[in-house]
Amino acid sequence: MAKQKRIRTQKNQRFWNKLFTYAYLIGLSIVVIYPLLITITSAFKAGNLMAFDLSFDANWTLDNFRRLFNDTLYTRWYMSTLRVAVITMLIQVSAITLAGFAYSRYRFVGRKSTLKFFLIVQMVPTMAALTAFYVMALLIGGLDQHWFLIFIYIGGGIPMNTWLMKGYFDTVPIELDESARLDGAGHVRTFWQIILPLVRPMIAVQALWAFMSPFGEYMLARFLLRSPENYTVAIGLQTFINDPRQQRVALFAAGAILIAVPISTLFFFLQKNFVAGLTAGGTKG
Amino acid sequence: MEGTASAKKLAFTKRETQQIKRATLASLIPGGGQFYNKQAFKGIMFLLIFALFIVEMAVFGIAAIEGLVTLGTTPREDHSLFLLIEGTLQLLVLLIFFLFYGINIYDANRVAKIRAINADNVNTSAKDILMNAFQNGFAYLLTIPAYLVMIFAIVFPVLVTIFIAFTNYDFTNVPPANLVDWVGLETFTNIFTLSTYRTTFVSVFSWTVIWTLSATTLQLVIGIFTAVVVNQPFVKFRRVFGVILLLPWAVPAFITILTFSNMFNPSIGAINSQVIPFLNSLIPFFEIPAISWKTDPFWTKVAIIMIQGWLGYPYIYVLTSGILQSIPNDWYEAAVIDGATALQKFRYITLPQIFAVAAPIFVTQYTGNFNNFTMIYLFNEGGPGSVGSGAGSTDILISWIYKLTTGQSPQYNVAAAVTLIISAVVITISMIVFSRTRAFEMED
Repeated sequence: MAKQKRIRTQKNQRFWNKLFTYAYLIGLSIVVIYPLLITITSAFKAGNLMAFDLSFDANWTLDNFRRLFNDTLYTRWYMSTLRVAVITMLIQVSAITLAGFAYSRYRFVGRKSTLKFFLIVQMVPTMAALTAFYVMALLIGGLDQHWFLIFIYIGGGIPMNTWLMKGYFDTVPIELDESARLDGAGHVRTFWQIILPLVRPMIAVQALWAFMSPFGEYMLARFLLRSPENYTVAIGLQTFINDPRQQRVALFAAGAILIAVPISTLFFFLQKNFVAGLTAGGTKG
Repeated sequence: MEGTASAKKLAFTKRETQQIKRATLASLIPGGGQFYNKQAFKGIMFLLIFALFIVEMAVFGIAAIEGLVTLGTTPREDHSLFLLIEGTLQLLVLLIFFLFYGINIYDANRVAKIRAINADNVNTSAKDILMNAFQNGFAYLLTIPAYLVMIFAIVFPVLVTIFIAFTNYDFTNVPPANLVDWVGLETFTNIFTLSTYRTTFVSVFSWTVIWTLSATTLQLVIGIFTAVVVNQPFVKFRRVFGVILLLPWAVPAFITILTFSNMFNPSIGAINSQVIPFLNSLIPFFEIPAISWKTDPFWTKVAIIMIQGWLGYPYIYVLTSGILQSIPNDWYEAAVIDGATALQKFRYITLPQIFAVAAPIFVTQYTGNFNNFTMIYLFNEGGPGSVGSGAGSTDILISWIYKLTTGQSPQYNVAAAVTLIISAVVITISMIVFSRTRAFEMED
């Protein structure tokens, strides 16, 4: 009797648990999708919108995209951002790969203290030096210039990512280097031909991160780029939505889709490596 | 082969000791010790670097240091800011030179010791010296690009910020029309004693702390809870949920924040015009009125914290999922045999395991939100209203700094001083946590 009763309550419990689980997941999914769906649908709605809402009885059109390309500086912003992103990626990834390799493989004077220095520098927010950036830019003519922005992006990305890169290099067994050395390979060859191919997944992740961040970075770009022709997409798009009375939110939505779709696709493509890289570098020295 | 030979011989003869001493003393002029050690090529190189430094000091350096001390004497002729920057640059040059000087003495001393043991072990030809430098200096060579960028993009600006905090550089003192002067700790004392600054600082700081704690904790709770729910063995469509639940992380944050900003508009936004009516139709006997988001400080803060929960949970969720999958199943089975409830299993197995692995990353989430400018500024530009000194009611320290620097009447020195205070707080907390976890323990 007692046993039967217990099995019944267990079954009951399991049912309620299942119900709760799916209700929670579906509820959360709705909360996640709602604002995104609002943006997507608004991009295809005709007329001058002032605010987003979710409705499907609208006139669907591609007109917003046409206006975006013809009447605004969007194409220019997009190309600028792309250029900034590619240059940042190339330089940053090269620098952190070299430094990460050195910190993982060599025992040199000052290694530990500089590693700690990286860790501390990484905690100082890049924008902490906002005033200094302004004065520096003033002195060397970097205000409203992309190269100055790129330079600061690279600098800000180096400390943390060197740590992550070093962590990943550490997972490659050092025996590989040793046997390569025994076979007569020098420093450069060991690095280039033996170890580098093995850390390719992490390099891909790092490259993607470095590439993606200028698309989402707002503060420095807003601070340093002054004329609309030089804007990156993030600050450009903000000008469409910060004043609802201009009724350009549909343009914002259209522009946002053209950024979010490629970026999210890249994200899901490399998502597994993201997490592996994070935990590898983040949880061990 | 000087790198491999042991320089620590047990005892030297009197003559050898004298030679070592002479080599070290000779290198007080860089290169001298190297010549004494019969390393002519190295000696020439070191001497050249030294000569270069002397010329640099004569042409630029001395004036730059003097400029840094005085920050200019005649308005319009001397530009205090440029003097400040040039002086800081010169300080870095000096630092690098002293580093070189130390290496030079150390090198002369070490090579002399090796010579005392066996003179044949010392490279004398230019080719050998270069080869040796490449072999032993390869690691340094690899780190040079990273350091070069970091020095100019981080170290140098941070130094300049520190200096500015001790000057009177603000909108009343704009070079070149005016001179900027050193004022010592005045800016810091002003922040804490002048009533206008103090009330603003206290109000902004306390909201920053509340914001950091509540938003980050919300992120962590939703993230961990979702991971536990999704990872129950019976859950179907895990792939689909996996993609949907990650979307807030995948889409660039500025897009979603700006969208939310529009949705939370109190008069035309979707939350008041669509979501609240929908909830009201769902729940009987209970009517939620339209809420004045973005115009009432309290509700703006609530909105900002909720949105950050939305934005930040996927990262925690993914991290926790990875950890959950690595917990051995027999632990749970053993717990069930001992009669543990689901809650007990979570409390005594799952949670400790998650924190053991992810605690340092959780801390970075807190420090990240402490400086989460994008969320605060893009949602409502720190508004509504004002709490004095240019700060709005939802401004956190970092966005206040931004306003102090970019506003109509910029207060660069106050901004720099607040920056230093923030950085000190963040670094101290992180250091305490990191030194208690494994992050600082390095192998070897």
